Amino acid sequence: MKELVVLSGKGGTGKTSLTAAFASIAENIVLCDADVDAADLHLLMDPDVRKKTDFMGGNIASIDAEKCTMCGQCIDLCRFDAIRDDFVVDKIDCEGCGVCVDLCPEQAIDFPVVKCGEWYISDTRFGAMVHARLGIAEENSGKLVTLVRQEAKKLAEAKHMQLIITDGPPGVGCPVIASVGGATALLVVTEPTVSGLHDMQRLLELAAHFKVPCMVCVNKFDLNMEQTAAIKKLITEKGIPFVGTIPFDPEFVKSMVLGKTILEYRREGELSSAVKKIWERIQENL
Amino acid sequence: MIISVASGKGGTGKTTVATNLAVSMGTGVQLLDCDVEEPNAHLFVSPVMEQSETVFTAVPEIDKDKCTLCRKCSDICRFNVIAIAGKIILTFPELCHSCGGCIAVCPEGAITEIGRDLGLLEQGVFSAGDFVHGRLRIGEAMSPPLIKKVRERIKPGKISIIDAPPGTSCPVITAMKGTDFVLMVTEPTPFGLHDLKLAVEAVKLLGIPHGLVINRSDMGNDDVWQYARTENLPILMEIPFDRAIAEAYSRGHLMVESMPAWKGKFQELFSRIETLSKAWENRN
Repeated sequence: MKELVVLSGKGGTGKTSLTAAFASIAENIVLCDADVDAADLHLLMDPDVRKKTDFMGGNIASIDAEKCTMCGQCIDLCRFDAIRDDFVVDKIDCEGCGVCVDLCPEQAIDFPVVKCGEWYISDTRFGAMVHARLGIAEENSGKLVTLVRQEAKKLAEAKHMQLIITDGPPGVGCPVIASVGGATALLVVTEPTVSGLHDMQRLLELAAHFKVPCMVCVNKFDLNMEQTAAIKKLITEKGIPFVGTIPFDPEFVKSMVLGKTILEYRREGELSSAVKKIWERIQENL
Repeated sequence: MIISVASGKGGTGKTTVATNLAVSMGTGVQLLDCDVEEPNAHLFVSPVMEQSETVFTAVPEIDKDKCTLCRKCSDICRFNVIAIAGKIILTFPELCHSCGGCIAVCPEGAITEIGRDLGLLEQGVFSAGDFVHGRLRIGEAMSPPLIKKVRERIKPGKISIIDAPPGTSCPVITAMKGTDFVLMVTEPTPFGLHDLKLAVEAVKLLGIPHGLVINRSDMGNDDVWQYARTENLPILMEIPFDRAIAEAYSRGHLMVESMPAWKGKFQELFSRIETLSKAWENRN
């Protein structure tokens, strides 16, 4: 079984729109949305949730006012400034390290496990999908990414599916690192802008660091032909497969408004054939 | 006054708004790029960097001669940084959250702290004032400690503009928390609105006054305006899609430079933020 993870470094280059488009032409796939922080794939997939599970992410300290003698030890120990002067824990700042819990002389601090989000197994018109929703202002996004990817894998095995297509998060930090480990390959979706190029290079460095193969496509390529050519040259020099370009087209937004993938919205035309061609090249390189 | 620019969804125009707003102010501004995973603001304001330092986070180093394998350190550590197998003690510093628990409990004084490289903190000057950004080391997972370091460079009394990372979890919370105003940048698409709603929930949780910039305002549908009405969310600026803006952006050019008419609009945006922020202060 293979897993293609769609990433970009920079946000808003078209990861989710492309993932959805591939889902509509690929066969025997399981879909996975690993952008748990701001998940959007479900807006195009209209999933029918079959199973919903709480994500118990970590613990948060909670001071029992009855037992607390206000000795101040916890405040001194906490490196995250999460305990206020009135001995109440700021839930947003608490890192869940448990140092205050273990070292409180009165054992006045509880450490309950907290629900950090939910994850789902759903049916969609293109196959099964594993997705999640991290709670607002929560930590542990990397853990939840790892979990949804593992569950997608289990599901693919159970259903004898050959491919998982994973929509990844932006950036190069915690959730992205959790998205690349063990992937068959990454599809890096970039755009021909100074920031698209800058962020793609950082992502390629990350992929090299974790030794995961990449391929690159350029979305909205006609916004800056010189920049597109520069990206293509850079990629080719690095020996990374360049799998194609997609023109800038407001049709993407129109299809999104209707909750459709671009290939459902326009079966024929320049846009659709560009996406189909990219999908063919991806399969050749996977 | 500290203004953070956030969005939920990536690629809606946070950096465009933060950089153009900063440059439109003329002088005396601080621009801080807290999107340390993918910092981009420098590509648009071309700062002359004057300082660059590596930022570290504390991780344990165990003196094996002093260690008695009592396990107190591995017991207190919730992040599986310290493992003891037989007579061998191992550390996995990349998992460390720098809580200091292991040092606090070690009865032998066998643990000291060394640094794990988080990335670079760079400071310089640009046309409107001071520039600061962080660049997370490739392979480093934790961005919040570096974001905090960038924020430590904020000078009180100045107008500080923070370009925040996307999302709604710890990195963006670290960038927005304690700021005086959150300027949310969205696009009127289903993805933009969905993620905006999450970001608004996060800002409400933090109790910070906020307002909206709608970018590419003529591409999508009306749902975001309806949402803004229901939520009483002030719309402070609309930027219609213009191929010339997109092309200028692709080259790293600012809107206010290639289309000077925008300068006044960004100045007006700032005065609206100031008014809202003052009104909020008076109410609280």
